Amino acid sequence: MGIMFDEMRAGDRTRAHYQGYERWLADQPPGQMQARREEAEVIFRRVGITFAVYGDKDSGEGTERLIPFDLIPRVIPAHEWRELEAGLRQRVTALNRFLHDVYHEQEILKAGIVPAEQVLENAQFRPEMMGVNVPGQIYSSIAGIDIVRAANPDGSASYYVLEDNMRVPSGVSYMLENRKMMMRLFPDLFALHRIAPVAHYPDLLLETLRSLAPQGLASEPTVVVLTPGMYNSAYFEHAFLAQQMGVELVEGKDLVVKDRFVYMRTTHGPKRVDVIYRRIDDDFLDPLVFRADSQLGCAGLVDAYKAGNVTLSNAVGTGIADDKSIYPYVPEMIEFYLGEKPILHNVPTWQCRKPEALAHVLANLKDLVVKEVHGAGGYGMLVGPAATKAEVEEFRNALVARPDNYIAQPTLSLSTCPTYVESGIAPRHIDLRPFVLSGTQGVQMVPGGLTRVALKQGSLVVNSSQGGGTKDTWVLEN
Amino acid sequence: MLSRTADHLFWQSRYMERAENTARLLDVNYQASLLPQSPEVALAGWRSLLSIYELLPAYTARHGEIDARRVQEFIVGDEMSPSSILSCLRAARENARAVRGTLTTEVWETTNQTWIEFRQQLKSGLLARDPAALFEWVKLRAHLARGVTLGTMLQDEAVDFLRIGSYLERADNTARMLDVKFHAVVGEPREPSEDEAGASRNAAAEFYHWSSVLRSVSGFEVYRKAYSNVIVPEKVAQLLILNGAMPRSLAHCMGRVLHSLRRVANAQSEETLRLAGKLKAELDYAHIDEILATGLHAYLTQFLKRVGDLGSDISRDFLT
Repeated sequence: MGIMFDEMRAGDRTRAHYQGYERWLADQPPGQMQARREEAEVIFRRVGITFAVYGDKDSGEGTERLIPFDLIPRVIPAHEWRELEAGLRQRVTALNRFLHDVYHEQEILKAGIVPAEQVLENAQFRPEMMGVNVPGQIYSSIAGIDIVRAANPDGSASYYVLEDNMRVPSGVSYMLENRKMMMRLFPDLFALHRIAPVAHYPDLLLETLRSLAPQGLASEPTVVVLTPGMYNSAYFEHAFLAQQMGVELVEGKDLVVKDRFVYMRTTHGPKRVDVIYRRIDDDFLDPLVFRADSQLGCAGLVDAYKAGNVTLSNAVGTGIADDKSIYPYVPEMIEFYLGEKPILHNVPTWQCRKPEALAHVLANLKDLVVKEVHGAGGYGMLVGPAATKAEVEEFRNALVARPDNYIAQPTLSLSTCPTYVESGIAPRHIDLRPFVLSGTQGVQMVPGGLTRVALKQGSLVVNSSQGGGTKDTWVLEN
Repeated sequence: MLSRTADHLFWQSRYMERAENTARLLDVNYQASLLPQSPEVALAGWRSLLSIYELLPAYTARHGEIDARRVQEFIVGDEMSPSSILSCLRAARENARAVRGTLTTEVWETTNQTWIEFRQQLKSGLLARDPAALFEWVKLRAHLARGVTLGTMLQDEAVDFLRIGSYLERADNTARMLDVKFHAVVGEPREPSEDEAGASRNAAAEFYHWSSVLRSVSGFEVYRKAYSNVIVPEKVAQLLILNGAMPRSLAHCMGRVLHSLRRVANAQSEETLRLAGKLKAELDYAHIDEILATGLHAYLTQFLKRVGDLGSDISRDFLT
């Protein structure tokens, strides 16, 4: 794959921001790290930090897996984070402006910057949201932006945005638990470094959610987290966030809508709900509006929402902003809405719906990554260099049949970070998902995010459903 | 609090309590089996254990003949039986997981760890190697769960629903145990003894029978303390039914249920509170001779029905 970029080492030299860690690691007695690894696993199991794997039939804890946790942190120097933070703020602001625009005046379509049919005929576009005003004009109050770093020919590396997750991004609980685990296992490391804290994330989240409450409430807004239930893969996170914020964790069957207001069923009768941090997809929110067979949502919820009597966070219809067919236009959105140059780069992208792009993609399938435009979670994608001939041919047929369903990108040489694997410490590819909170008080985030690591040698797929692990992410303060 | 949350809390503690009481009964039966006794008596002991939890048909369908080892394995670790200790600990853990945000981290972790370690204990063959150690372990984990709840949880509604669940279950379990055990000795006509030695054997058997009943509810020393007397069935019944100071008696359990019900009372729970209060008052003013005169079995059957109804009423008023 040509040039590689390692976060810790440059040839024989250790990068400045990793030197403290390297010295510390050299001082650890043999066997120490292995003992700590085992300790971490026992603790994660007891705490029940698990996720469910779809498709497993086994009952009991067989369906609950631990996400492998790697002991070696991913370290980001302060100046790099400052730039990332500014770029994230800018990008998420523009995406929220875009969402407001497409559901109101549609100026960006009229200006011909994003082709109208790309938006209006997109399955992720929700006509139900046309003309609906959401508090603060903020649609995606919790966004997870996937960032990768790839080597440049001169041996340096650049950050790129790989995907925007504007619907229900998950993983923030792992960011918080990984930090807690590292502090518990290696308190001395935290004395040696000035590591920016992340533990206040739930506070920022609650502040954000409360800021988006409907206007004119007589009392403090009641915030809840809406989960599909304990068999959902991210249930731990839903329960964790509700607990950390001190709010109720509700399921659809706990909610009832009356006269366009939402209530939850409590031991003392119905109690009004003002803000719902929902962790279920649009399709399942309300059987009267979306999928009629959904048991996860609550009948009448969307009606109450459109009446402005309850806030859904994220808003309905945000999927149009993170659809992969819209992704190529984000840099232009930033210029259109904010009049600024984009700080973060997009990965160069071929939109297969364009004939000349399709021709290029078909001719170079072996070297490209091909993704479904509505796909997520590492499913429905082809990593050309790692695929078998049969897989490549299968994708070729799919591409020819429905070119508009795909985009393609060059196979980026993702940066690596030293990681504990069976054979010892070896470089493995990583990415980064910072969580960006937008409320009426502005855009906020905690430094860093969730670092995911592809544990298989050479693999570029970091998704936990596909054998990925996680690391603690340190932003070093100067 | 969400009704669904209250429901999970109620069942979490019920299942934990049931696991503990099951372990207690198994332990006592196991201890009794170490004493010299005829094979018939030993089998009757295991059979009565199955009937306490109404498991006799399920067991017979599965394994046929009563066999000490198989009965223990069935009650401890049968995956399919909803009353096995394994199933109870799993259900307690699943209910806790559904409301882990309402529990303190310590309470959740204790419940989760109990489930994880119990299966390790089973896998390691502890039941065959040292049954008493396994039963003791389950009891200890129940003590721990209770202590952690008391020591870390905010004393609010959540704790009340946990309490209502565990005391209702305990009242039910004590009543069932007493019913079966009392019946086993007192209910059957005794053979007239031929000589004095026979009579003393009988007295010894009775002593062990009643002391094991007491031990199953940690009541042996309590009995001595309360009555300073030899062990007689009437007093055992009195202690386990009417003595409000005995933590596993019906009177005590119903007192705790009533106390917590009063604290969570809502607009629709008036009738439920009345019924709970009535049940408690009747225990407060009953006399053991009256109960025995009308028949203990009939009394306990009636009590179990009322506790069952109370559970349904609570569910209707608060949990749905």
